Amino acid sequence: MTDREAQLENERKEALAALNDVRTAEELEAWRIAHLGKSSPVMQAFSDLGKLPPEERPLVGRVANAVKQALESAYAVKSEQLRQAELERTLTSERIDVTLPGRAVQRGRLHPLNQTLREVCQIFRDMGFQIYRSPEVETDDFNFTYLNMPPYHPARDMWDTFYTEKEGVLLRTHTSPGQIHIMRERAPENIRAILPGTTMRYEQLTARSEIEFIQVEVLVVGKGITFADMKGTLNDFAARAFGKDARTRLRPSYFPFTEPSAEMDVECFVCGGQGCSVCKGTGWLEILGCGMVHPTVLEFGGYDPQVFSGFAAGMGIDRSTLMRYRVEDIRYFRNNDIRFLEQF
Amino acid sequence: MKAPLSWIKDYIDLDDLNIEQIAHHLTMVGLEVEGIRLVGLPKPEDERHEFNYEGISWDREKFLVAEVLEVMPHPNADRLVLCRLNDGSQELTILTGAPNLYPYKGKGTLAQPLKVAYAREGAILYDGHQPGQVLTKLKRAVIRGVESFSMICSEKELGISDEHEGVIILDADAPVGKPLVDYMGDAVFDISILPNMVRDASMIGIARELAAVTRRELRLPEGIPLPQGDALSKRVSLEVHKPELNPRFMLGMVENVQAQPSPYWVQRRLNLAGMRPIDALVDATNYTMLETGEPLHAFDYDLLLRRAGGNAPSIITRTAQPGETLTLLDGTTQPLDENMEVVADSAGPLSLAGIMGGVESGISAQTRDVLLEAASWNFINIRQTLSKLKIPSEAGWRFSRGIHPALADQALRLCLQRLLAWGGGRLVEGVLDAYPLPPQDPVVTLKEEEIISHLGAEISLEEAEGILERLGFECLLQEGKLSAKTPPIRLDIGEGLIGKASLMEEIARIYGYERIPSKRLATELPAPVFDKQLDTEEKIRDILVSLGLQDTVAYRQTSPQREACILPDQAVDPGVAYVRIKNPISSDRTVLRRSGLATMLELLEYNSKFRPSLALFEIGPVFLPVEGQLLPNEALRLSVGMAGLREMPTWQTKTPEPRDFYDLKGILEALLRGLHIPEVSYRPAEHPTFHPGKCAQVLSGEQALGVFGELHPMVQEHYEFEALPVLAAELDADQLVALSRVEFEHEPLSPYPPMVEDIAVIVAEETPAAALEAAIHQAGGKLLVDVHLFDIYRGEQLGPGKKSMAYQLTYQAYDRTLTDKDAETIRNRVVRALAREFGAVLRSA
Ligand SMILES: [Zn+2]
Repeated sequence: MTDREAQLENERKEALAALNDVRTAEELEAWRIAHLGKSSPVMQAFSDLGKLPPEERPLVGRVANAVKQALESAYAVKSEQLRQAELERTLTSERIDVTLPGRAVQRGRLHPLNQTLREVCQIFRDMGFQIYRSPEVETDDFNFTYLNMPPYHPARDMWDTFYTEKEGVLLRTHTSPGQIHIMRERAPENIRAILPGTTMRYEQLTARSEIEFIQVEVLVVGKGITFADMKGTLNDFAARAFGKDARTRLRPSYFPFTEPSAEMDVECFVCGGQGCSVCKGTGWLEILGCGMVHPTVLEFGGYDPQVFSGFAAGMGIDRSTLMRYRVEDIRYFRNNDIRFLEQF
Repeated sequence: MKAPLSWIKDYIDLDDLNIEQIAHHLTMVGLEVEGIRLVGLPKPEDERHEFNYEGISWDREKFLVAEVLEVMPHPNADRLVLCRLNDGSQELTILTGAPNLYPYKGKGTLAQPLKVAYAREGAILYDGHQPGQVLTKLKRAVIRGVESFSMICSEKELGISDEHEGVIILDADAPVGKPLVDYMGDAVFDISILPNMVRDASMIGIARELAAVTRRELRLPEGIPLPQGDALSKRVSLEVHKPELNPRFMLGMVENVQAQPSPYWVQRRLNLAGMRPIDALVDATNYTMLETGEPLHAFDYDLLLRRAGGNAPSIITRTAQPGETLTLLDGTTQPLDENMEVVADSAGPLSLAGIMGGVESGISAQTRDVLLEAASWNFINIRQTLSKLKIPSEAGWRFSRGIHPALADQALRLCLQRLLAWGGGRLVEGVLDAYPLPPQDPVVTLKEEEIISHLGAEISLEEAEGILERLGFECLLQEGKLSAKTPPIRLDIGEGLIGKASLMEEIARIYGYERIPSKRLATELPAPVFDKQLDTEEKIRDILVSLGLQDTVAYRQTSPQREACILPDQAVDPGVAYVRIKNPISSDRTVLRRSGLATMLELLEYNSKFRPSLALFEIGPVFLPVEGQLLPNEALRLSVGMAGLREMPTWQTKTPEPRDFYDLKGILEALLRGLHIPEVSYRPAEHPTFHPGKCAQVLSGEQALGVFGELHPMVQEHYEFEALPVLAAELDADQLVALSRVEFEHEPLSPYPPMVEDIAVIVAEETPAAALEAAIHQAGGKLLVDVHLFDIYRGEQLGPGKKSMAYQLTYQAYDRTLTDKDAETIRNRVVRALAREFGAVLRSA
């Protein structure tokens, strides 16, 4: 072994020993400069090759190369170790409290009444119904007379009415005047439409009674429309709105603009029919009123009741939203208290 | 309508049905049972109850019919008595303080024992001494040295009424030792009567419906035969002036009656039906009304005689004369007008026809001779009078819904019978019956195919006939046609087509709605209609919600004063036309709103108490009366409101920035872009609600869409905002709908890279940004695809009244990669144009 070889072997030992003690990236860089830098013994050995006698050169060259490779791979290993250790330290030091609240995003929401209204409209649209709207301020004729309630008809008592100072003009008490409007527009075409809108009734404002509320009216007119069609259509609606297993029942009722008339109940979705405070112990929730369109109403709408028949139904969006979310005070809806609205 | 089960059972056998089943039948024929009050009977043991039960059940072992044999004084207490009582199996001594037993005190063994309701130790009943209905259990106690462990009950304790003054004295034939529940246990159905079913606001009516639906026999009470003879016509005369208002008027008479208490079973039934028992005379009329549905009126004949100066009184039904007044039984004196029908005698009005009797001629405890009226009145006329005078009246409620004149006959016979039975006295021979206008009871014919094509159920004519007959129709079925004559108990069946619809309802109701099949509509769908109005409204909601705004639903009703708050001087302009409400619910809801802004500011004010950062919107109509137009225009408005901080303070952002004009503008820009509204521009605007320097009008082309801005400080003072500043917008949503585009073309993407460079120009302070930007676009041509303002700088080196506007310009072509030379050309064009139009100086490039 030549001196040169011995020196290089020695350098390998010393450098590797020194590398063992390296703890930081800075120390590693210093080590690299010292042992793999231009003026390191190994690199020096390469540049000194020319000074060696030609016969020694291959051997020394080989040895120098072996040492350089050994140091380089040791360096690479150490460097990776340090990087891992550094990453470990960084990750540990960057630990955050994941239980702190997230950055607040202001989310907009639809009003709960508009959410229900939209769902109801969508269900009927899916069932092939059009949407038709008509004014909120109406004439007495459209609100009552054309709906088979001539002046002083007892049924007018069913609606407590806001009158305006203009004779014969009132705030509509129901969406039913729209029935006459759409019939007069469409006769003698078939009608399959819903009529959503705000209606107003003279009530005291309390937790249980409102002066304004949203209704959706359903109207089907055509040849050969039967009570059985009405039942099927409304059952379809109930299945889509309350689930396909929702049980319903129709019981006789009275509306001046339909005959026969019925009230539709759905089995209470709160208690499953066992009786609770929402259904007042009956197991049933009243969801809509309906009936076969009265011949007088068809006539006022421009349809010959000898030829055409139809059915109508009406439901309250406020009431169903109230039941759905067990809202105890109906005034919450139009108070628009942000603390309430944010819950939907 | 409160209907005791025991009373209904007078007319129909229902013993095999329990209370729940009966209530179900009632509800399913249209007599909705809203609640059931148990008065002795046990709650049925069904698995599921569809009705709300309240009340009390009397234990068979613990409540018995008993008799008091002797009433003895209490050794240490004047106000208590001891009763020797037989409960059917033993004799006991019972302590009680009932004042109605005092008269029997110390009389020795009573010749006729008093029948009472007796409760044993352990019985659960209502506490008579506590207000309301509080259940208690009878316990052994020592009262004033006498041991007491059972009691004689009052009505309150048994849940019959709230009467606790004395104990119940049962009728003399009550069977001693029988469980009380078997003797008089009951259940009261609280039935909601539909407007077209006033015929069923009666025990017989209810029984008839039950008979029809359960196919049972109905037992109608006969009453006494109408008394024959002419004795009555000698003592009173009768004239009907307006048959159309008074189709029938009947009089009968009983003399020498006594206003004594009615039998106990009558009192109990009246109590359960919700009427206070008074005496035999009043009770007889009330009982008969509840039984038949026909209101009756009783006159004191001697008072009429006196008014007629001792002559035979003449009863006249007529409309009131101007200036006449009448003091009614309720003590009020009512002014009458010539449309109001009265029953009068020669001295003036006696009673308000069909509504309420007069105080002067009514029966009292002194009445000896009762003249009984059973009449029929025009329901529209009664309604008009009721709505004018606004007096609560049970008779008025019934007559205003239409009572068939034929009922008068039945009711008169039944009531005369009760007067005789309960008040003693003697029947005066004969009745007076003016029946000038008998109604034509409609005859309606139906064919089987009509039933099938209307109801969609295969109901045979035979089945329909059976149903109608059970409801009292006279039916004739021949040659495939069913003709049904309306029974003379109802006025709700129409003629012709309407009559057919009425009969369909009767058939369907009794056949059972639940038995009619459920079918899918088979008719052709109407042509689909694209509903741009609705779709755009919903799109506006969706966009604003996606931008973080909260949707609201607002009242239409407000007041001019509330709306004037959006004006600096808060002055209500009397010239502004409102839809004014004739019967407003309160002084702050007298009109329909004209302003969406006013609504929005109220919503912001209310909610600023709860959140330092608010962003709300509302879509709804305002109501604008138009001269010469009956109905107002209903213009759809979109109101947007923002207040306070840009975001909610959090642990990260402790003091968020307050919002400003540009927050609201940013929302509107995003909305209008989302709706694809063309040629949107913003112009400085003046509007009294807004700060004059922070208010803009938004337009599409030359069409104004609305106005928005920061609130005028003087307007702000009218509200108590706890979050500031307040920004609001009111847009014409009808225009948004009209101008929004559903169909639009997309911008293609260029495959060539864009070139981006910044320029800053110095311009005069008053130069509007929009004008600069427009000029840049104009000069830049089609290769300038984007202009983005990224900085505004003001500083000393620019000089006073100057600002530097820095833009990032993006150049791009669709057919090649642009060169630096292209960019330079465009930039020079832009700079020259800005220099020319605004005197702009290039600050840097
Ligand atoms: Zn329930």
